Amino acid sequence: MTLPSATTRHLFFTGKGGVGKTSLSCATGLALAEAGKRVLIVSTDPASNLDEVLGVSLGAQPTAIPKAAGLFALNIDPEASARDYRERMVAPYRGILPVAAIASMEEQFSGACTVEIAAFDEFSKLLGQPQATAEFDHVVFDTAPTGHTLRLLTLPSAWSEFIASSDSGASCLGPLAGLEKQKALYAATVARLCDPASTAVILVSRPDISALREADRTRTELVELGVSNLQLAINGLFSTDRTDDAIATAMMQRADAALAAIPLGLSSLPRTVTPFLPLGTVGLSALRRMAHPDRLPLPTPGETATTTLPGPLSALVDEIAKAGRGVIMAMGKGGVGKTTVAAAIAMALAKRGFPVQLSTTDPAAHVEAAVGESIAHLSVSRIDPAAEIALYTAEVLAKAGSNLDPNGRAMLEEDLRSPCTEEIAVFRAFARAVDAGKEGFVVLDTAPTGHTILLLDAAESYHREVLRTQGDMPEAVRNLLPRLRDANYTKVLIVTLPEATPVHEAERLQADLARAKIHPYAWVINQSLLASGTLNPLLAQRGRYEISFIRRVADQLSSRSALIPWLPVPPVGPKGLAQLTDRIDAT
Amino acid sequence: MKKLEVFDPAMCCSTGVCGVEVDPVLVQFSADLQWLAEHDIQVKRYNLSQEPQAFAGNPDVVREMEAGMDRLPVLMVDGHIVSTGMYPSRIQLAQKLGIALTTAEKPHIKVVAACNPKSGCC
Repeated sequence: MTLPSATTRHLFFTGKGGVGKTSLSCATGLALAEAGKRVLIVSTDPASNLDEVLGVSLGAQPTAIPKAAGLFALNIDPEASARDYRERMVAPYRGILPVAAIASMEEQFSGACTVEIAAFDEFSKLLGQPQATAEFDHVVFDTAPTGHTLRLLTLPSAWSEFIASSDSGASCLGPLAGLEKQKALYAATVARLCDPASTAVILVSRPDISALREADRTRTELVELGVSNLQLAINGLFSTDRTDDAIATAMMQRADAALAAIPLGLSSLPRTVTPFLPLGTVGLSALRRMAHPDRLPLPTPGETATTTLPGPLSALVDEIAKAGRGVIMAMGKGGVGKTTVAAAIAMALAKRGFPVQLSTTDPAAHVEAAVGESIAHLSVSRIDPAAEIALYTAEVLAKAGSNLDPNGRAMLEEDLRSPCTEEIAVFRAFARAVDAGKEGFVVLDTAPTGHTILLLDAAESYHREVLRTQGDMPEAVRNLLPRLRDANYTKVLIVTLPEATPVHEAERLQADLARAKIHPYAWVINQSLLASGTLNPLLAQRGRYEISFIRRVADQLSSRSALIPWLPVPPVGPKGLAQLTDRIDAT
Repeated sequence: MKKLEVFDPAMCCSTGVCGVEVDPVLVQFSADLQWLAEHDIQVKRYNLSQEPQAFAGNPDVVREMEAGMDRLPVLMVDGHIVSTGMYPSRIQLAQKLGIALTTAEKPHIKVVAACNPKSGCC
């Protein structure tokens, strides 16, 4: 079997960004439709590429996919949902309440949590109300990258518990207290998610260790939430019977080693494996090939590709080093190697004698694992949301809770359990890390795109808040947005892979940053098979497929770019990472 | 039974912990309202962003907001405005509502930071 079995009405695909959730959910949906079912594919990812994979422009209502009878798709844009929600709440009071009152209400509905909850609300309508999707046999959810997915999936139980335990009446459901009325709908959503007869959750992973670890973490969280019908889908497994190419051999061995060391919790799940496809998964014919890889046309050998490749990462580090300090932010969709690129740059700068702090907001932080042992001048820290919440909670309780009687303290603790506390706690840590860039180099590997955008959005609204109140705001917070916008202080690196979806995602990220008046310094293209020098026919075919994407990045999207080849020795530990930034001697 | 109504500015939550920095005054005030409820005062609290209908339906409160958003919070006892633009301390609340403080309650009271220093009310 190359595609997950679909025996339940609802299917969820979840996994680290870039593992192929959208491709697999579309291929599975298409296979079901071609078997005569009526199928609805739903995306709740703020940075969805469902339109691109299916080749149709989608909206909030089911759209029929041309040339795929029975297949429909819709795309929930949580930001649009949040705007609708805000307008629904505020509009009745225009002309009744003073203009300033309306403005202050709107401000409260502009936060990151409103977007999250609005997305969840839409998602609940589909999952919690059977009549909403009654005309379909299957509803396939292509969920957002892991952090976002988890929040989305964690919310129902968090909220159910919250609503149930809110006995003091001091309900901090944020600006969305009105949603408490939807308690029944949320309860139905939770029940539906946990019912193995109606919902299956497919954990999608590449055959590599970090993606499998991430999938296992997700599995643990889902099991804790009461979700029991889980499957594992390994996507993009490369195999070859030829032994004449070091890259091909390394790729196969690495995948085999990762699968041999598969976390115990994953090993017992039903598993499907989709093979490595050299030509991407955009469009219906590519999706059909995922279901029937045996029909793949054989690559024609002997073709050679020539293109001028962007320079190595070491050249970029040379330029960055000139400033002597500042913030370097590696941004991009999850799974493109932000952590690796950030760690390699941090290590290269430290080796040149600069004090460097490497810091991550990635919930699946592997920075310490990536660097390995300690390096002179380099300190590694992690922005751990759970730890940040604990810190913030302790700080608030110490500062404000000391005068309180037991009731007052219980109420404060309850408010600190609200969903927005995490956003605030992480945001403060992020501001602190950026602040350290005035002393030396700070290299940040940020969380996946959607989350990063939310983070910057939060920065923006806090900035407005600061200008209005001028309260006892930490200096670091007040300076954050101006610093992110200052090209001399902050250098944003967009990390991507030479593939269709990652490049388009990165392009959207660049556009989003431009709206926040942040302009990337350079683009880094990671894991290029074209640059690897492979002679394996299948991998070389994949390499040729990369050319148009490399050209698009180098010629149109960036003012500076660097290319990192696919490395047969994994970029882990000081030596492994040094491959990215050391000059390779021509032999 | 006396009724105290509090018309808060647009806030994420009533204790204010959802801001970038927590405001101890808001936290204390929330606790004080809880305390009032234990002294047989009917307490009703409205947040502009969550319950705008309560504001719109009260001409006195709308008039205050028209004079300036810094008039929020507005506190009303039995339909009469007793304070604007500040969060009173527990002692002040007790005075406005005619509650006698017991000696057991007194040690818990701190009058410092009874209102927002930025508001210029104290």
